[in-house]
Formats: sequence, structure tokens, C-alpha cells
Amino acid sequence: MTRKYLFAGFGGQGLLFSGKVLAYKGLIEDKNVSWLPSYGPEMRGGTASCGVTISDGPIGAPIVLEPDVLVAMNLPSLDKYEEKVVPGGYIFVDSSLIERKVKRSDVKVFYVPATKLAGENGSSALANMILVGKLLKELGDYNADSVDKALGKCISARHADMLELNRRMMEIGRDF
Amino acid sequence: MSEKVLMKGNEAIAEAAILAGCRHYFGYPITPQTEIAAYMAKRMPKIGGTFLQAESEIAAINMVYGVASAGKRVMTSSSSPGISLKGEGISYLAGTDLPAVIVNAQRGGPGLGGIQPSQSDYFQATRGGGHGDYHIIVLAPSSVQEMAQLTIKAFELADEYLMPAMILADGTTGQMMEPVSFDFEIKEPPAKPWATTGTKGERRHNIANSLYLDPEKLERINNERFARYEIIKEKEQLAEEYLTEDAEIVVTGFGIAARIARNAVDEARAQGIKAGLIRPITLWPFPDKVYKKALKTAKRFISVELSMGQMIEDVKLATECKVPVSLCYRVGGMIPTPAQVLEAIKQAAKEVK
Repeated sequence: MTRKYLFAGFGGQGLLFSGKVLAYKGLIEDKNVSWLPSYGPEMRGGTASCGVTISDGPIGAPIVLEPDVLVAMNLPSLDKYEEKVVPGGYIFVDSSLIERKVKRSDVKVFYVPATKLAGENGSSALANMILVGKLLKELGDYNADSVDKALGKCISARHADMLELNRRMMEIGRDF
Repeated sequence: MSEKVLMKGNEAIAEAAILAGCRHYFGYPITPQTEIAAYMAKRMPKIGGTFLQAESEIAAINMVYGVASAGKRVMTSSSSPGISLKGEGISYLAGTDLPAVIVNAQRGGPGLGGIQPSQSDYFQATRGGGHGDYHIIVLAPSSVQEMAQLTIKAFELADEYLMPAMILADGTTGQMMEPVSFDFEIKEPPAKPWATTGTKGERRHNIANSLYLDPEKLERINNERFARYEIIKEKEQLAEEYLTEDAEIVVTGFGIAARIARNAVDEARAQGIKAGLIRPITLWPFPDKVYKKALKTAKRFISVELSMGQMIEDVKLATECKVPVSLCYRVGGMIPTPAQVLEAIKQAAKEVK
């Protein structure tokens, strides 16, 4: 099985990082993974995105044009990518930053006030990890052991406190 | 470092170069390859190597010339406009028969162009790039693992054949992260008795030079160099063949284009079209043998490129135009989609029926 994920929002929301955690989790679970960031002017001008592909087989194009899973952390991203999600796919919306509802009815939609929840729990900058936690839960893919290992790969040992906080945010997302 | 780690393609190139024994890197920042310089800046001082950000690309390639003359493994990297600036120095390296590794993470052109991925420096790379009759070895990785593997190979081939070798990557392969293992067996570099390392009063001095004012001598040296190129063409062609045994429509592309094409080939097969893929790994020497082999069943070739049709010329030369070759492309930093390639395959399948 191949699943393509797209994380999209503003620069600074940790989209590239959440994609990396997801990719590392795939690697730890012996899957093939590919992670591709936007590095162009859009990154400098505000919006940022990152595509992750996780597959049991070889990965062809690493570019995510039609995601199975979209994580939208600002309105322009939802506007831009909503139509691209494959029918039957998933959209995760940070509902503290995006007021409108998803228009499509052929996808599964989850509204999570991630930025608000993250702020109430210690750092609004970690809303991304709440969404990753929720996403893994809804996809039936939340494996606490590989999540822990993936976080360990992405956060250096010097920042053990951040590792703990990231894990807590993912659990908040999982339990939301 | 045998455990698989997630790394950007650019970083994998840098780490592999260090593993290959490269202790001298000279560069100048340009998107989308700056991670190579950043990685070298962090690592080289810790392992007794040299990282130097030169005042320009031209200065950097001439520093490469200096270290190569002294017989040490050396690398520089840049992206399209910066590689053009290095052209004179690359020609000097080739004219002096010096080994060096040059990385080009291509971006859209011409001119300053853009910063998104491209493959439009194919002609520049495979025809030499600078002035004079010469070639450089050109390797085209299509995954992060291959970025590492081919970097090591580039150093080995450069040393073996005494010529520059280029990693022809692009913005996508440089920026993407994939698992990579650095579990490589690194061969000792060969002895370099020609290196200008000081005579210590014990031998005649060596000369690193590309100037020959005697035309007879210069002609002889050109001929000798091209005789060496013939050996490389015979021995060093590399390509990946995918589902080509019975393929009527053979799609071909290198680097990122090949990965897109592979998706399309899988989909075409699922729809009952006999499609296959040839992915050149060496662009110079161009792997013409696999194309000739594919001619047994091929009725049509499709060259998938992030350029206006450059590699297509080598496909036509390799197949001696025995069957039609069509082009499927995007340029300017845009990337063909698997759907676009599939459409081209379906169109070709209709036409050959």
C-alpha cells in the first residue's frame, strides 16, 4: 500500500518537521519513505508545504500532487489543496486557524482546534504535532513505540524536554 | 553509519564525499544545493579537512584545480548558473587530465532562470560544458541512496580515468529526504605519481598544465584522451532497465524524470500496454547498449525530460532512429506528472497499433 500525505500552512508552523516525524516513523516500521519540502519562493513568502510518501513497495515520484491525507494549517492551503485530495481521502483542519468548513463530501474530514489546544498545553507552536497525533489515530496507525523512536530521531538528546512536550502534544491529538 | 537515516539528497552527497576520502571542498552558495556547502562547513573542520567558501564559483573551481593537481580528492558543487561560471575551470581540469568531482543540482534556466528543479543542463554536462574537445563522466542519481553511492563512484572513476566527474542532480533529488545507508566499501585511492607534491630533491618535478603551444603535441594528446574515452564508453555504461524485455513502448528518463516515468509505466502495464523504462545512470558515457537491446521489441521510445528535448538526441543516436522517439516534457521548474507521461504512453500505443 502507498499513502501520500501533504502538510500545508505557514512557514514556522512546523510542517516540514511533522512530515519528518511521520517519515521517520515509516522508516522505523520498515516502510519505504520519501519526504519532499517546498523550497521555493513560497517558503520565503509565507506558505510552506511538505509531501510525504510511505509505501510497502518502491516509491516512484516523490512529489505529492493528489494526497490521500491533507493536513491544512491555514486557509490558503485548504483553498489550494482541498480539491486535490483523492476521493475517500482524509482532511485534517486546524479549526482554530481556519473558520470555513470543507466543501467536499467524498472525503473524511476532522476539525481539530490544534493551535488553541497546543497553546493551552504549553506551546501553540506545537499544533502540528497535535494534528499528527490525530491523523495517526484516525488512520489506525498510532504505534506509541515507533512514534517515540521517530521523535527520538528528529529531536536531539540535548532537547529532551522538547521531546517530552512533542510526545504529549501527539497524545493530546490522539485522544481528541 | 550502516543504519538507515533520513537525509536530504544534498547532505547524502556531502557525507558520501567525506567517506570517499574527500577532505577539500570549495563552493559558493546557490539554491538548491546550499545544503552541501552547509554540511561541509559543519563537518570538514572536525575531521581535519578544508571547507572554504570562495569569493565566487570561478575561484572555487580553480581551488579545486589546485588540490586536484596535488593529487587529493576534492569536490565543488553548485547549481546551473554557477556551473556555467565553472565551465572554464572544468575545461582546464579536463585538459590537464585531473580528477575532481563537481555536483550540479540543476535549476530552471537559461540565465538566472528560477530555483525550481530542471534537467536543462544535460547538453552542457554530457558534451563537456566548457571549451575544447573533451568529456567529463556524468552520473545521474534518482534517489537519495544513489546520491551517496554515485558520489563515491564519481571519485573512483575520476581517479581511474584522470578526468572530472559530475553528479548531475536537480532541485528535487537534492531537497528530498529518503532513507540512506552509508554501508559502503571504500577502495583506497590509487597512487598518484603525477601529483605536484614537491620533489624533495629526489625526482624530476611534475607539471600540471593544459597549455601546449606545439600543435602536433596538442593533437596527439587530444587523440590519446579520446582513446581513453573509448575505453570508458565500452566499460562504464550504467542503466536500469525496468520491464523492458517485451516492451513495445520504451519510456526513458534520468533522475527525477525516471521516477515519474516509472509510475506511468506501472499504470500503463495495469492497463495492458507493454511499456518499459530505461533509466540511464551514466549520462556520459551514454548507455547506448541497453537502447540497442530494447530495439528488439520497441516500436516507440518516449524521452521524459525536464528540458525542451536534450537527452532525446542521444536516444535517437543510440537507436539510430530505427523507431520514432517522442518527447514528453515540462520546463522552467515545472515537473511532468505521471498522468502526463501515461497519456503520452497511451497516445504512442495507439499510434503503433
